[in-house]
Amino acid sequence: MNSVSRRKFLKISGATIGVAAAGTALLKTTQALSNKAAKGVQTIPTYCDICFWKCGAIAYVNDGKLWKVEGNPLDPLSNGRLCPRGTGGVGAHYDPDRLKAPLIRKKNRGEEQWVEVTWDEAMTYIAEKMQKIKSQYGPEGVALFSHGIGGNFFKHTMKAFGTPNISAPSFAQCRGPRDVGFRLTFGEDVSSPERTDIKNAQCLVLIGSHLGENMHNSQVQEFADAVGDGSTVIVVDPRYSVAASKAKYYLPIKPGTDLALLLAWMNVIVSEGLYDKEYVQNYGFGFEQFAATLQQYTPEWAYPETGIDPDVIRQTAREMERYKPATLVHPGRHVTWYGDDAQRSRAIALLNALLGSWGRKGGFYTPVSMDVPAYPYPEYPKSEKGKVDNPDHKYPFAHETITNGIREATITGKPYPIKGWFVYATNLMHALPNENETIKAIQNLDLMVVIDVIPSEIAGWADVVLPESVYLERFDDLNVEWFREPFVGLRQPVVDSPDDQKPNWWMAKKLAEKLGLGHYYPWKHIEEYYEHRLSAAGLSYKELKKNGIIRGAKQPIYFDEGVPAEFPTPSGKIEFYSLQLQEAGFDPVPKYKRPTSGPPGSFRLLYGRAPVHSFSRTQSNHILMDMMNENEVWVNAEIAARLGLKSGDYVRLKNQDGVVCNKVKVKATERIRPDCVYMVHGFGHNSRMLKFAYMKGASDAQLLTRYEVDPLMGGTGMNMNFVTIESEVA
Amino acid sequence: MARFGMVIDTTKCVGCMDCVVACKTENQVPEGYNRDWIVQDVQGKFPTVEMEIRSERCNQCSNPPCVSCCPTGASHIHEIGGVVLVTKDECIGCKACVASCPYDARFIHPDGYADKCTFCIHRVEKGLDPACVSVCPTHCMYFGDLDDPNSNVSQLLRSRKHHSLMPEAGTQPNIFYLT
Repeated sequence: MNSVSRRKFLKISGATIGVAAAGTALLKTTQALSNKAAKGVQTIPTYCDICFWKCGAIAYVNDGKLWKVEGNPLDPLSNGRLCPRGTGGVGAHYDPDRLKAPLIRKKNRGEEQWVEVTWDEAMTYIAEKMQKIKSQYGPEGVALFSHGIGGNFFKHTMKAFGTPNISAPSFAQCRGPRDVGFRLTFGEDVSSPERTDIKNAQCLVLIGSHLGENMHNSQVQEFADAVGDGSTVIVVDPRYSVAASKAKYYLPIKPGTDLALLLAWMNVIVSEGLYDKEYVQNYGFGFEQFAATLQQYTPEWAYPETGIDPDVIRQTAREMERYKPATLVHPGRHVTWYGDDAQRSRAIALLNALLGSWGRKGGFYTPVSMDVPAYPYPEYPKSEKGKVDNPDHKYPFAHETITNGIREATITGKPYPIKGWFVYATNLMHALPNENETIKAIQNLDLMVVIDVIPSEIAGWADVVLPESVYLERFDDLNVEWFREPFVGLRQPVVDSPDDQKPNWWMAKKLAEKLGLGHYYPWKHIEEYYEHRLSAAGLSYKELKKNGIIRGAKQPIYFDEGVPAEFPTPSGKIEFYSLQLQEAGFDPVPKYKRPTSGPPGSFRLLYGRAPVHSFSRTQSNHILMDMMNENEVWVNAEIAARLGLKSGDYVRLKNQDGVVCNKVKVKATERIRPDCVYMVHGFGHNSRMLKFAYMKGASDAQLLTRYEVDPLMGGTGMNMNFVTIESEVA
Repeated sequence: MARFGMVIDTTKCVGCMDCVVACKTENQVPEGYNRDWIVQDVQGKFPTVEMEIRSERCNQCSNPPCVSCCPTGASHIHEIGGVVLVTKDECIGCKACVASCPYDARFIHPDGYADKCTFCIHRVEKGLDPACVSVCPTHCMYFGDLDDPNSNVSQLLRSRKHHSLMPEAGTQPNIFYLT
């Protein structure tokens, strides 16, 4: 992060906001509690948790019962409009399959046989096991996997306990390669929400990124704006996505060859002198060497690799040049595809660098944030052993903890044993490739705790399951977001939890107290924590509670508006040629490697998102399941005809290792290449506790037995599996 | 008299179904039923494909067969905006209207009456947009008075290419799709 220049903006924002600190007494009773008696319609602002985007929302409660959720017009993320998942968030509260009480395993792991216990019993059990692990293996022997803002307090308790092994699949199974590729080039991450200035882009290039099916709200809103404004859209995808249907150019690329296309695009832009010469000269490092290595990658060279006509490669490269610097080559988000993903992402960064789009309007803006100081907790104990996931910095450019690294260490006991897992709100059975390895790791544990709202597959493997209140029933950490403009968002309870569910902050605090770490929670209720942080920032909790959002003053976000063009790389410039990669033994300019192909008659398995579901977390939400209650396998229409299959037929997919998935419906379509098949991720649940979602559709994750680890950062490339299609006899 | 209609920009619509979800929560549409839905109309052969994405619902026709075939008068044209509505208490659930609708927009509610899109008349009467229009994250839907030449919807229809669904059925639909 570009901390120097950011600090400067923060100071500006602090001064402009200047709202008097609220010296008011704490609003101890939640608004939810007062709902019970309330008649008529009440509205309460909060922020959404159906995905991690954290859109500001307004919940409507009618006669004390949750009615609907709409966007909060004050919120810069949603602009008052939620995505379908957020609108359907009501279904999370009413989900009959929710976890209801703390559970302790009574039979073997994975058999889903439980005893209901009290919160005190559950916490005592967990704390005793943790202390035992600590005394035998050190505090580092406990690891936390966490996804989303709800994990913040568990992270805090784990750090206080003394473990540095805290990880999220969002790095090594998702956006990690992209952030590494951009860091190596510009010195900074793309971050989340992405700093992509889609709404001002005059030319938008999407490579596998299927906005519109992938419903990250602000991005989709901006995408629709850009399309409405007549921006040129170029879509590269083996599948004719929704985004492709909005595109001027659709490039039906052969899966796994995107890097060849990127190199050929850069070849055209450099050899025809189409790049932003002033920008490259002012900010670039190693351009000459970079340009020299590109010479070999002509569009004619790329043609047999990618299947994209050389004329189309030239034409689209020129189109990008025409609108520069307002040409945005989108870095994507879930980019763990082939194991060379950080280098492919770096190529995307380099293409943007040639177009001069980083730091410029219509390219990448510089995100800003409110200056809300962290709560002044006591210092965490220092770990003597260091993190377990990346011994000897095997993956030298991993700047976050590698989930699969922790899994590996749990299996091997090296570099040191991991004996306890906490899993907060992430279904590792669907998030990590090769579920057998996950199960193998779990078998080595002395303690396995899952904290979630629904009984996902990973919960089935736990020793202790802690039921969390859904977001509409709880407080969470403040959302102090880095975005186009500074703001703070509050999540607060709208209705009560129906059973014995508890908010994460309460659980994490109780656990800390059981561990003798109560002094790490000097506040009694989370509202005291808010008061402290907000008044330190000169903001009013009362105002935040009332409106859900406090916005700060707009600040410059482009170089042209006065953001200093700083690049925190080793050279202080945009690294067209990377000496740090070279020194670590990697290609200083990305090199293309042809992807492995599958056995004859097999199809590469690709997967993605549907707009009405989030990962494997929403298949027990009855409203969202009414929109889509099973996934389909997309098969090219001609191939389907050849196999005697039509839309609606059930099949099973069998992968190269003999793994067969649940039965799944065929979608015979002209919207996909003949050499691959596609599924929406998240379906095919086999947790018996998920009664409603059980066995609806198929799980792509189950079929991902093979993966290729990215040597730069440890991410798992998962588009490495091939399947055959077997008819399901009705 | 006003004639309410919708104009939907298919070039911006991503088919996310937010309109369908919003209708469901706003109007408490029971599980297994929807008053609106998404159609992805795919033409061509891979990779030369075109796709129109449409949010569809009752077309609030000016010549509605569901009203003329209703034996009890439950299906009627509302005095405000010409919206086609069903008076629950007068409906006997005979399904004549369900069969008569060329758009397949009606269903029998589990409580026994014919149900469908109301253009959220309860919201419109308060000056709000229908729920589907108000939530759409792509801002691709517009609601207004088609008889008012200055309304947003009338202006859009004057300036943009558009079509309606099955105009040949003679129902005079009041939902239009910009292309």
